[in-house]
Amino acid sequence: MMARIFKHREMLLLVAILLLVGAIELRFPGFVAPRNLVSIYNDTAILIILALGQAAVILSRGIDLSIAANLALSGTIAALLNVAFPDLPVIFLLVAATFSGAVLGAINGLLVWRLSIPPIVVTLGTMTIYRGTIFLLTGGAWVNAHEMTDAFKAVPRAVFLGIPVLAWFSLAVIALMLVILVMTRLGRAFYAVGGNPHAAVYTGISVGRTHFFAYLIAGALAGLAGYLWTARYAVAYVDIANGFELDVVAACVIGGISIAGGAGTAVGAVLGALFLGIIKNALPVIDVSPFWQMAISGTVIIIAVAVNARSARVKGRVILKKAEHAL
Amino acid sequence: MPDAQQNAAIALDGITKTFPGVRALSDVSLALYPGEVTALVGENGAGKSTLVKILTGIYQPDGGEITMDGEKVSFSTAEAASEHGVTAIHQETVLFDALTVAENIFIGHAPTNRFGLIDWKQIHDRARDILDSIGARIDPRHRLSELGIANRHMVAVARALSVDARVVIMDEPTAALSQKEIEELYELVEKLKADGKAILFISHKFDEIFRIADRYTVFRDGEMVGEGKIAETDENTLVELMVGRPVDQVFPKQDVAIGGPVLTVSGYRHPTEFEDIGFTLRRGEILGFYGLVGAGRSEFMQALFGITKPSAGAVRIDDEIAVIRSPSEAVKQGIVYVPEERGTQGTITAMPIFENVTLPSLAKVSHKGFVRMAEEFALAREYTERLDLRAASLDQPVGNLSGGNQQKVVIAKWLATEPKVIILDEPTKGIDIGSKSAVHAFMSELAGRGLSIIMVSSEIPEILGMSDRVIIMREGRIVSELSRDEMSAEKLVRAAAGIGVAA
Repeated sequence: MMARIFKHREMLLLVAILLLVGAIELRFPGFVAPRNLVSIYNDTAILIILALGQAAVILSRGIDLSIAANLALSGTIAALLNVAFPDLPVIFLLVAATFSGAVLGAINGLLVWRLSIPPIVVTLGTMTIYRGTIFLLTGGAWVNAHEMTDAFKAVPRAVFLGIPVLAWFSLAVIALMLVILVMTRLGRAFYAVGGNPHAAVYTGISVGRTHFFAYLIAGALAGLAGYLWTARYAVAYVDIANGFELDVVAACVIGGISIAGGAGTAVGAVLGALFLGIIKNALPVIDVSPFWQMAISGTVIIIAVAVNARSARVKGRVILKKAEHAL
Repeated sequence: MPDAQQNAAIALDGITKTFPGVRALSDVSLALYPGEVTALVGENGAGKSTLVKILTGIYQPDGGEITMDGEKVSFSTAEAASEHGVTAIHQETVLFDALTVAENIFIGHAPTNRFGLIDWKQIHDRARDILDSIGARIDPRHRLSELGIANRHMVAVARALSVDARVVIMDEPTAALSQKEIEELYELVEKLKADGKAILFISHKFDEIFRIADRYTVFRDGEMVGEGKIAETDENTLVELMVGRPVDQVFPKQDVAIGGPVLTVSGYRHPTEFEDIGFTLRRGEILGFYGLVGAGRSEFMQALFGITKPSAGAVRIDDEIAVIRSPSEAVKQGIVYVPEERGTQGTITAMPIFENVTLPSLAKVSHKGFVRMAEEFALAREYTERLDLRAASLDQPVGNLSGGNQQKVVIAKWLATEPKVIILDEPTKGIDIGSKSAVHAFMSELAGRGLSIIMVSSEIPEILGMSDRVIIMREGRIVSELSRDEMSAEKLVRAAAGIGVAA
């Protein structure tokens, strides 16, 4: 485990993040104050949660484009339940949103597994369906802050040990996904299926079932993020988190998760999300124009993919005995 | 027959090619004569592929020269080689499924009309002519995806000939073909010879070398170690030249005491692929499955392993009824399947060695759903040491290992599941003689330890040399079963092809 070849890529990204933070600090002294860093992390928490779900899917050679639509639908369901039944405890709404996300993820998973439709097509379709469902549920109306109960809105903002609960949620998800990816048979199956689906079949791993669980996990995390999003921003409507799925995929790619599957780590996904989060949330603070932000994010994505492609390049066959260990 | 004085169609002299850290070819010479087949033999890694790439303009030699009709030529690109009439039919035929036969034949050098647009009429007419000339009855307008393997091969040959070839290189052309298709290929080679083409024929199979080649050239470790006329040599001489030492025993099969039944299959059938498959496999036995390509052997094995579903049939393992609906159930029941394409289906190259080895046995090293890494590592170490796998550490990716060591990882992976039955599909296909006998010795050793082996093979010497018993399949049915004493090459071929026993 210690010598995973991908490790240096994550180190590279960590160095890039530190350089970026250092550069901002030079122009904007006080940026690295603990309070400010916590707030930046907090702003990135939802992206981290979604990127970890997406990581499971991409590792097993899939993609979930419906992840932001799932967040929006599950979040809206939680908000509508809150409006309809103000007395329901928030923990119930949180579980309901997660459950709804898991169901929506399971639908993706079943379509990919049972009907063998390519993941990009399945999730492109369900993305539209899930957004459309929000319209059907709300009639196009917004669920506004004043309709939600205070308890509903309070959870992500509450502070525990100096850190907002929203951030605590993301830390818990990081721990959970680290355990799943590193220590469970399912996690190993994601890597196997993404790395070489044919070999996985002969090893007795069901490729379809592995895909299903990847989408289930991504869906459940999107559902959880749905509640956190609607509660934090105190609004729910058809277009919340519109286009956010691309940020999520970008975070994974920047974090070194191979879009071809089978390579990458949870740590990479987190770092990728943090990098994007800093660019999106910190650059406006120091007056970098939004157009520059877009250019910077785009450049970083291409650099990240180029770095990954370089290290993944076929090095030819290993024929010399002495070359075998030198690599 | 041309005599030695006649000019070679192409001659290589003193060719040297060095890659960083390895000298692939050193001062080799080779001459190909019009109307003759020259067999190029050598173990894997002897430099045959490098030579083919130099001949086809993919690699440039570091030294030496190539002459055609006495004039010095240089193939700086693949196009240059094909303009000089040098063309190759590759091991894995590179064709496009979504295009038609004619488009495949002329892709890259399609004839054009005076406006510079593709001349479709000419493409189809010329494609038809070329296909007719090699005796292939294929409609040039068909899509390639509608054709079977043999016909695809014909298209590849037609493509090679479409550039007005003078020198045709065939790199293991029979590797994927059945016996009948191989016969058709021999006829084709005869036709090309009659047309005056110079043919370079690369093969691992001695029977076909002696059948169709006129001359031979032997490579070993990047050097030319012998050449001459086939009529003046024999198999033993060639093998000695190839390996540099006499091979005393090609098939190291030990005598193993065969025990009681381990696996009993009865009434296996599939709606379209096979029917009435039934047999018993005993402890310590190597059971060969012989047949032509497409006889249903691999299809049946995949059903037995749970990848496809049979419509009827029963399996008993150790006298208990076993239900196998998926590969994971098969592994649980003690059946493992080592597929034919070990390179693509065997390992997950980005994963570390130990994770590859333990992948099917993770349940054994897990507690309450969590993998215990120390136990996992111990399991991987035990089996890689047993196979004498040489690796710096078990957490390096399998992709960094050489081919032979990757094979060991695949085998260690299966042995770690402690199987009762191991199905080996074409265990030595495409590997060199040295590694072949290592695989055979290992099979024999496994059988000696009480493992039961099913060996699917299309190579008659391997079946004769290794199996205790052989089952022959034809068109999805078992047509014959022979014990070791009854087996002969002739019986195998007759049963597989459905030819009656000669009076």
